[in-house]
Amino acid sequence: MLRVALALILSLSLGIMAQAQETPDRSATGGAQTLEDILARQQGQSIDDSFRRDDVGDPGRAAGAMNQLGTLGGLSDPEVWRAVRYGSAEVKVSSGGEVASVLMQDGGMKWLAWRDGPLRTYGGWFLIGTLAALLVFYLLRGKIMIDEPMTGRTVTRFKAFERFGHWLLAGSFILLGLTGLLILFGRIFIAPYFGKEANATLLEVSKWVHNNVAWAFIAGLVMIFVMWVVHNIPNRTDLVWLRQFGGIIGKAHPPAKKFNAGQKVIFWSVIVFGGSIAVSGVSLLFPYELPLFAKTFTVLNDMGIPGLIGLEQLPTELSPQEEMQFAQGWHAIMAFVLMAIILAHIYIGSVGMEGAYDAMGSGEVDEAWAHQHHSIWLDEMKEADASAPKEATPAE
Amino acid sequence: MKAMLTGFVAIILIAVAANFALERAGFASADVNSGEAVRLD
Repeated sequence: MLRVALALILSLSLGIMAQAQETPDRSATGGAQTLEDILARQQGQSIDDSFRRDDVGDPGRAAGAMNQLGTLGGLSDPEVWRAVRYGSAEVKVSSGGEVASVLMQDGGMKWLAWRDGPLRTYGGWFLIGTLAALLVFYLLRGKIMIDEPMTGRTVTRFKAFERFGHWLLAGSFILLGLTGLLILFGRIFIAPYFGKEANATLLEVSKWVHNNVAWAFIAGLVMIFVMWVVHNIPNRTDLVWLRQFGGIIGKAHPPAKKFNAGQKVIFWSVIVFGGSIAVSGVSLLFPYELPLFAKTFTVLNDMGIPGLIGLEQLPTELSPQEEMQFAQGWHAIMAFVLMAIILAHIYIGSVGMEGAYDAMGSGEVDEAWAHQHHSIWLDEMKEADASAPKEATPAE
Repeated sequence: MKAMLTGFVAIILIAVAANFALERAGFASADVNSGEAVRLD
């Protein structure tokens, strides 16, 4: 027992010593921040600002209200301003609620620096890199042609309402992607060359389109999920398809049902990333009404996920503004990832593969194409056709 | 092709309807952040 107590005291005192060693000497400034603190902050380094953050006075020590020094409730001006600066001051507002009670929100600067810096840089290069990779792939592989001669017989690949749902989603996503890029990059790519007026007009139009077309995207997302989820459940044929790289690399033509493994990856990417974009987008459409991140971060912290990937605990107390900043950041990251995936999808559905566009254009594909890319599905269709009553009118 | 064009027309219709509905839902900044004692216009 004594040994345990000694060990505890020793470890505690060592801990205190270690802490004492880490705390910088601020005696020259009387405990206020030093030049090193300011420089470190300006360089964006992570600093322990608790010596300022927590130094907000103690109302318990207040002089009486009638006393000369009592008017601030025992707090000095610097203490009041530090509390305002770090969002711990008790602010009362007559209108605007919790949002308006945040007088200084330094998360806004971090968000702006991130949006104007890494988001634009990495996001932009990610899309350019995707386009370059597709170009290189096209130059190396060329268009994937139909090996067998065309039969002249067609089979209905997608019915009219399936194609409607696809184009509702596709058209809205392209509009949202383009207007999103204009909103993010307009200031650096439009304003300097075409003027701020032109950029402002484009932004106004982009905002209207982005806010309102969002609902068509959500409707399309729900439609394709309901229509195609059954056909996109992974199965064993996907392993064969993946092992042969789907015939995209090499000359093999692995069998596939209605959707092959590559299309399933596209489908689930659209559902997961598109769903995430939609949820964060709705949160942004109704500012401060639907905060998502404090709760999400709490759940992730409880699951220990940040620790698994070497991160510190995620913040769980967020101001309403920070909620919006996280929502915007997440929305943009997810959108960049989905845009890159969709660029590859557009490539393979148009210039990358002979006959692929017909599936979503007219809905009718040649049996030779269907045999090459979706042989199991073609057999199923033929079987269903053969077993259908002869007097039945075929669907158009 | 007809399905594609119908999809595109639906996007326009949904967008116009959404704008109409949202304007009346009272979520514009002016509606949210003003009150009897606070006028923004």
